[in-house]
Amino acid sequence: MSESLLSTKSGVESRQIASARPSHAGGKPSEPAGRDGKNRGTKSHSAKGGKQGSNVLAHCVLGIGGLAMISPLLYQIVMSLSTNAEVQSTPPTLWPGVVQWHNFADVFTSMNFGSQLWVTVAITVIRVIGQVLLCSMAGYAFARMHFRFKGLILAIVLSIIMVPSQLFLIPQYQIIQNLGWLNSIAGIVAPGIFSAFGLFLMRQFFMGLPDELEDAARLDGANPFQIFFRVMLPLAANGLWALVIITVLWSWNDLLWPLVVTSTANAAPLSVGLSNLQGEHANNYPILMAASLMAMAPILIMFLLMQKRVMAGIGRSGLK
Amino acid sequence: MKAQTLTPASKSGRAAQAAGDRRRGKSKSDGWWPWLFVVPTVAGIGVFYLWPIVQTFYYSFTKWGVFGGTKFIGLDNYVRMFADSTIPQSIVNTLIYTVVVLLGIPIAVILASLIERPGLRFATLYRTLYFIPYITMPAAVGIVWRLIYNGDFGPINWFLGLFRIQGPYWTSTPGFALLAVATVGLWMSLGFNLIIISAGLREIPRELFEAAEMDGASRVRQFFSITVPLLTPSIFFVTIVTVISGFQLFDLLYVMMGKANLAMPQTQSLVYIFYNQAFLQNDKGYAAAIGILILVIIALLTAFQFRVQKRWVNYV
Repeated sequence: MSESLLSTKSGVESRQIASARPSHAGGKPSEPAGRDGKNRGTKSHSAKGGKQGSNVLAHCVLGIGGLAMISPLLYQIVMSLSTNAEVQSTPPTLWPGVVQWHNFADVFTSMNFGSQLWVTVAITVIRVIGQVLLCSMAGYAFARMHFRFKGLILAIVLSIIMVPSQLFLIPQYQIIQNLGWLNSIAGIVAPGIFSAFGLFLMRQFFMGLPDELEDAARLDGANPFQIFFRVMLPLAANGLWALVIITVLWSWNDLLWPLVVTSTANAAPLSVGLSNLQGEHANNYPILMAASLMAMAPILIMFLLMQKRVMAGIGRSGLK
Repeated sequence: MKAQTLTPASKSGRAAQAAGDRRRGKSKSDGWWPWLFVVPTVAGIGVFYLWPIVQTFYYSFTKWGVFGGTKFIGLDNYVRMFADSTIPQSIVNTLIYTVVVLLGIPIAVILASLIERPGLRFATLYRTLYFIPYITMPAAVGIVWRLIYNGDFGPINWFLGLFRIQGPYWTSTPGFALLAVATVGLWMSLGFNLIIISAGLREIPRELFEAAEMDGASRVRQFFSITVPLLTPSIFFVTIVTVISGFQLFDLLYVMMGKANLAMPQTQSLVYIFYNQAFLQNDKGYAAAIGILILVIIALLTAFQFRVQKRWVNYV
């Protein structure tokens, strides 16, 4: 069973990567732009008035749906600026009487937000650097080099992607405990630096790159390290972006593993801090809203600044 | 910049690589260089992922002592699991959760086909709106939803109150808590499904729709006769992903309900039981057996889906 699963899944992967590439190949042009260009050529649509009418309907459905999708976020913003009494009033407050900006500052004094933010940033940065370096090197070797047991090792690595993460947790916890890394950034970070999925993603990407430059560099006497870092890695920028985005999201938002390896509020990342905060400050809703808003903000800003890359990266990732 | 000029040639990458191998002269090995590239990652994966699988499998046959040390007890953990009434309940809970989240897939298909209409304005804006929940931190989002579901002053119960309906305490009433969590799961996964399905939609040749239009097919007819059948590979993919992640439900449940919630026993998922046994009760042998159960269920469900796919997935 697992074999057929693997082959089909890798098929999905490579298909997505293959289909995503042309849109990036020309530099900036995005898919929508390409589509618009194509559509301008076809005469059939926009000529008829009836279609305009159905587009209005589409806008209605999409607009109402879209508003519903972000309404929890909007509600959260309003509540984070309200007083506790306003949060608990019915009918719900649409806008606070006096905007309580200090709620955001209070977050730093009423929970360990500063240290938890630092932990979250640190584990994310370390994971990203580690994975980009390690996964791209290993992925490159699996895609472009020949060595014994390559197929066997790759098959084993791939089968790990299929396994639910709970199966690793207890032994991972023991390793971290034995190393004395509980309640430390090293302990939270360690397993996530290595990624079977990242290796596979980068391998798929390197498989699709041309090897003329590689050959030329080799003829010029470059060693494999030089070829990899100077020639191939710059070509893999799109694949690396996908890996970076997936790693950032996964690391920033992950809950179960950090929950397991941290027991003190100062050592925990924001995900753990927020879920514990519920118990301690269950009734200070504005602070809770402000804190969770601030915890999500960096990811939201990253997404809004580089939407296309994020969506392409996630689309390429398949499984998170 | 170089990538731009080179990428078009990449389609023939594999063929070219094979040719390159031949040019280099049959040498099947690159010596010890590859190991420099591979060993750090493969060793890390071995230590943190491969060996732990073996260990967990072994632990599932052991009993953990209070003062450390493990005792081999054969199949006892598995026997206990079959007698444990919380296990089937948690499987049913997970199934209900997964089914609700699966309802997001048809919604995503309809929304994607609306967004991907040729020349629709604000398409990027819509994609952004629908995608935002997917990237937000579950722990942070769970807190907001808890407030939205609040039985006394949450906006949902206020809204129901307008129709003189007394809403329940959503996250502390057994049946409703699961639905509440599942709805948030649907909300969070919609953006991902939408992106995958949109990508599938863009691959459908426009000529098919134009030809259908010439033959007088209505928009609805086109949707069911062209769009949906040609999207089945994407739909299959998001179904697989949804089921796999559904059976790993933890974050939302933990954050929206909390450890002390009295409704938790009727609402918990397999992963929550696993977490509880392994790290709160310190019964790691039993937890390991539950971990194996999760693996088996996911494997069976995935295998089943691959078997059934031949009946409904159209590969072009």
